[in-house]
Amino acid sequence: MQVSRRGFFKVCAAGMSGSSLVAMGFAPTAALAEVRTFKLARTTETRNTCPYCSVGCGIIMYSLGDGAKNVHASIMHIEGDPDHPVNRGTLCPKGAGLLDFVHSKNRLKYPEVREPGSKEWKRITWDEAFSRIANLLKEDRDVNFVARNDDGVTVNRWLTTGFLAASASSNESGYITHKVVRSLGMLAFDNQARV
Amino acid sequence: MTNHWSDIKNADVILIMGGNAAEAHPCGFKWVTEAKAKNKARLVVVDPRFTRSAALADLYAPIRTGTDIAFLGGVINYLIAGGKVHMDYIKSYTDMSFLVKDEFAFKDGFFSGYDPEKRRYDKSGWEYQLGEDGYVRTDPTLQDPRCVWNLMKAHYSRYTPEMVEKICGTPKDKFLQVAEMLASTHTPDRVMTILYALGWTQHSTGSQIIRTAAMVQLLLGNIGRAGGGVNALRGHSNIQGLTDLGLLSNLLPGYMTLPGEKETDYDKYIAARAPTPMRPGQLSYWQNYGKFHVSLMKSWFGAAATKENNWAFDYLPKLDKTYDVLQVFELMHQGRMNGYVAQGFNPLNSFPNKAKVGAALSKLKFLVIIDPLATETSEFWQNYGEFNDVDPTRIQTTVFRLPSTCFAEEDGSIVNSGRWLQWHWKGAEPPGEAKSDPEIMAGIFLRLRDMYRKDGGAFPEPILNLTWPYRVPHEPASDELAKEYNGKALADQLDPKDPTRVVKKAGELLDGFAQLKDDGSTACGCWIFSGAWTEKGNLMARRDNADPYHNGQTLGWAFAWPANRRILYNRASADPAGKPWDAKRKQVWWDAAQGRWAGSDVPDYKADSAPEDGMGPFIMNPEGVARFFARGMMNEGPFPEHYEPFETPIGVNPMHPENPGATSNPAARVFKGDMEAFGKASEFPYAATTYRLTEHFHYWTKHVESNAIIQPEQFVEIGEALAAEKGIKAGDRVKVSSNRGYIKAVAVVTKRIQPLTVDGKTVHHVGIPLHWGFKGVAKNGFITNTLTPFVGDGNTQTPEFKSFLVNVEKA
Amino acid sequence: MALQSLDIAKRSATSTESPQARKTPQVAKLIDVSQCIGCKACQVACMQWNDLRDEVGNCAGTYDNPRDLTDQSWTVMRYAEVETERGLEWLIRKDGCMHCEDPGCLKACPSPGAIVKYSNGIVDFHQENCIGCGYCVTGCPFNVPRISKKDSKAYKCTLCSDRVAVGLEPACVKVCPTGCISFGTKEDMHERAEERVAELKERGFTNAGLYDPAGVGGTHVMYVLHHADKPGLYSGLPADPAISPTVSLWKGITKPLAMAGIAAAALGGLFHYVMKGPNDVSKEIEAEVDKELEGEK
Repeated sequence: MQVSRRGFFKVCAAGMSGSSLVAMGFAPTAALAEVRTFKLARTTETRNTCPYCSVGCGIIMYSLGDGAKNVHASIMHIEGDPDHPVNRGTLCPKGAGLLDFVHSKNRLKYPEVREPGSKEWKRITWDEAFSRIANLLKEDRDVNFVARNDDGVTVNRWLTTGFLAASASSNESGYITHKVVRSLGMLAFDNQARV
Repeated sequence: MTNHWSDIKNADVILIMGGNAAEAHPCGFKWVTEAKAKNKARLVVVDPRFTRSAALADLYAPIRTGTDIAFLGGVINYLIAGGKVHMDYIKSYTDMSFLVKDEFAFKDGFFSGYDPEKRRYDKSGWEYQLGEDGYVRTDPTLQDPRCVWNLMKAHYSRYTPEMVEKICGTPKDKFLQVAEMLASTHTPDRVMTILYALGWTQHSTGSQIIRTAAMVQLLLGNIGRAGGGVNALRGHSNIQGLTDLGLLSNLLPGYMTLPGEKETDYDKYIAARAPTPMRPGQLSYWQNYGKFHVSLMKSWFGAAATKENNWAFDYLPKLDKTYDVLQVFELMHQGRMNGYVAQGFNPLNSFPNKAKVGAALSKLKFLVIIDPLATETSEFWQNYGEFNDVDPTRIQTTVFRLPSTCFAEEDGSIVNSGRWLQWHWKGAEPPGEAKSDPEIMAGIFLRLRDMYRKDGGAFPEPILNLTWPYRVPHEPASDELAKEYNGKALADQLDPKDPTRVVKKAGELLDGFAQLKDDGSTACGCWIFSGAWTEKGNLMARRDNADPYHNGQTLGWAFAWPANRRILYNRASADPAGKPWDAKRKQVWWDAAQGRWAGSDVPDYKADSAPEDGMGPFIMNPEGVARFFARGMMNEGPFPEHYEPFETPIGVNPMHPENPGATSNPAARVFKGDMEAFGKASEFPYAATTYRLTEHFHYWTKHVESNAIIQPEQFVEIGEALAAEKGIKAGDRVKVSSNRGYIKAVAVVTKRIQPLTVDGKTVHHVGIPLHWGFKGVAKNGFITNTLTPFVGDGNTQTPEFKSFLVNVEKA
Repeated sequence: MALQSLDIAKRSATSTESPQARKTPQVAKLIDVSQCIGCKACQVACMQWNDLRDEVGNCAGTYDNPRDLTDQSWTVMRYAEVETERGLEWLIRKDGCMHCEDPGCLKACPSPGAIVKYSNGIVDFHQENCIGCGYCVTGCPFNVPRISKKDSKAYKCTLCSDRVAVGLEPACVKVCPTGCISFGTKEDMHERAEERVAELKERGFTNAGLYDPAGVGGTHVMYVLHHADKPGLYSGLPADPAISPTVSLWKGITKPLAMAGIAAAALGGLFHYVMKGPNDVSKEIEAEVDKELEGEK
């Protein structure tokens, strides 16, 4: 193998540079290698279940701090739960990205209302939201409630307002939602299982 | 799922059809790779597209969308004709020997009793013959032409491999390879599992496709067995739980049903749901229906539910029809609805025919959105250019948007598709002022109740008497609600064998649904969940993952309904004498010494019923056995029959070319106006199907940065042949239109979609992922359901998202 | 057995001998391409663990996203639709650093301590020492390292050295839903690979095999391929990767000479040369050497 004079010079120059930096005292002092510090060492772990599909993978959420009062326990990392018999620590790309769901910039933070014909949202209080919604519901229910059908049979149903229940909310949410909705006599009631 | 996720590892053959587990359920799919690695299992994938699941398959067969009944009907024919059935199993565990009424018939695509005007069947003839003893007549010799076996054999003899190829476009040799592979599990030592999802449910014949699959599995003797079953993978994390809890128009918790308006008599209402055995010695467990129902009413209405008022029977609304979402949006579109609440749900994106859904929402007086994320539905009134071209000033709907917590910010349980109730814990405070769903429901309800208490109003009793025993009334806590659906004793419960012994003191939590009573002395919010939170504590929070039998049942992990059983119908894993069909897969067995059933799973059976008693393994059925013949339970017939999607690329049902009325599901409900909105192949020549991508979850993860990064922009998939025909290159923008609207997206040109030859014609598929919209951190896109048709399955009304017609052109 | 050793076996641009006394097992990651569904969970786990977020790009008519490795994307899936004698196959390969036993990047790196190889086999970049010259890019036979536009430093997969250092598996290994990625000692991974290859052969993939290329001394990230005879099918996986002759040349012959000739060099020019435009020059050198080699034939 031959190397041309020009080529040799270039290779030589390039090769020399690093060494020469050291020779001249320009080397970064921390030439000793060190890995990044393990970021979860003292975080708080909380077990949860992935909210996406129905495999129900176990996850561990790592939040900042040890639970002390002065810490805002923001979730800073999420991984699969290795003890979980189905996912055994693994996750899919959705589960693996759950942290970005928790902290999505599109999370809703405050109750809002969009008035008829308006082009924008207006922030309101929970109290105002609950009161206005309850009033609208009652107004519609009182006017349109069907106690008896045309045959005079007691049917006690309310058909002009409907409710679409969630697909990822807990059983406890679902249970109380069902309880409330049926007590109102609503029949236009479905959840994601329908579609 | 009849079985559950980790049980898949016990299979010898895995059929993925009507689903794409690798794509939509990757962590569950690992048990497929595990079965392949540890069990030498073979994976078979049947799908219009060569999917991510197909990428790992041993055998892939293409199929035209919406023709699964033809394919599976062909499998039934192959199994019966070839004698590849588990005869000992089906003889004892199915209705094959039951005799069917003479009125029942099938001709030219219609079953007996069809009324073309009403598009409905009179199903009274679809029944078994009853003997003088009141039991079903049977012919164990299978000679009687009216026995289910012979009727079924005749029905499916028409589904020849040639017919399968003609309808499905699956090359005959491919079909036969698949049939042979499936048939290999008809012996007791081999088992197949079937994994399906919305690729089966979202058709106008969805329920019947699933029934066909169940029939295949019964013929092969694969139901109730480890590594077997018919497994609905399901879509969302708690769709199973919310269904279990009955959050559907016609249901009550635990698969109980609301009364229809013709059911005016309480006792008859209960009796109709508590069938007596149809064969001698059968359990017919639904006979306990009254106990479940009364306990529910006590749980909801407490002291106000009394024997005298039929346990508050009048408090329950009575149905005149089912108010499924298609029905509700139809009514909304007609201007007959005023209010709507969407809790964690995005109907503008999720329901078919976006134009119709948007127009319907615009007619509401008020809409309430409860969600952790800014959904499209919450801004249906906002103009987003081509994506949502509306004029806000003309939309008079008041819209409230209430921020709710997400999983990370709450305690509670959800049910996976393997029926496991798993508890989770709160790890952080919600952002801003977000509240949990129970708090929001309480906030609205308590104000309503106060108004009714103060001002009165229409029928206030159920509202005023609804039990609300929560420590902090405006914050019902998860533990309180879980204990409520588990159930408790309202009075001391005595041991029936020894009345001096108190089994449960008043106020104590129940151990399970076996303790429920119909005398008002127990309360239980959801009978199938009973046992989840007992005096022993929260069983849903259990974390013992020990698997002593190495069959993945992990009985100490969480709690599975019913009664912690992991595999449904597991009595069928043993032969009639109570011995496991396969010693390698021991599920349950009769322990003669103890006089009880024992097992590596909780026996799904009466624990002390000896094999010689002859009780069948399907204890929820009054027959005690599984049904090949669905009686009157399905709207379009007792045996599944192939019908074309409502938008068919071939315009004719090759099974019944002479009967246009039998082209598509004759018993499916189609609203006026929607029939007209179906497209014809002359204008929209390509078979389209919608689906998920593994990188995204529904319409949520477009709000999630890491998922937006790995799949940023809306695309559609087109085969190379169609692309070449249309001059479309990968990366080009294309316009995809149906008779209801259009979307524009990037074209992915692929070898994974091949043209099929169907009934002599070339059919191209167009694949349309569904994840985009006009809100999110991913690139904004069109709502896929702009394209889909507004028609549902003939039984469940699940929309036909998976088969419709489109045209494609370069944008 | 301590897999998590931080003992350094090699360090860039340093001639001091590394400590040798301790014996640490080698680690390896095995990627069984035949079990990969291309779900990209590993991509997300990588960005989550390493606090990286690439740009939200666009769809270019394929499933590949992000479309290439970047300073923010240390691993990407590469999708290939291939027609073989078995019909259509969708070959999906997780691309990223191979952690070569004989790392070309480290050999090429002129900055002391910017690239190290631990005695467990992990090749790690230490950005605080990186001068952004890009030689590692040239030195890499797999085209893996990327220079960040933000800070002009080189980035690539660390094999989660911070996780392995505390006895954990890399994030991508843990997350992989199908078990296509596994992690352990190199010995154990060889054993697992054998099992996997045997299973693939049983399924009719007669050319299944392990990819652990000798040209770079073997790698600590290995593939099980169904078509080991044709690595090129997997989005251009090199059949016989080797360190570029340029890099070998400078390490083998020229480095001592360069050291000796340091006084003769024009320092100002040298600095400029090192700090600016190095990438182009190195390519030029390479072209030059290639020409020489061509002439030899």
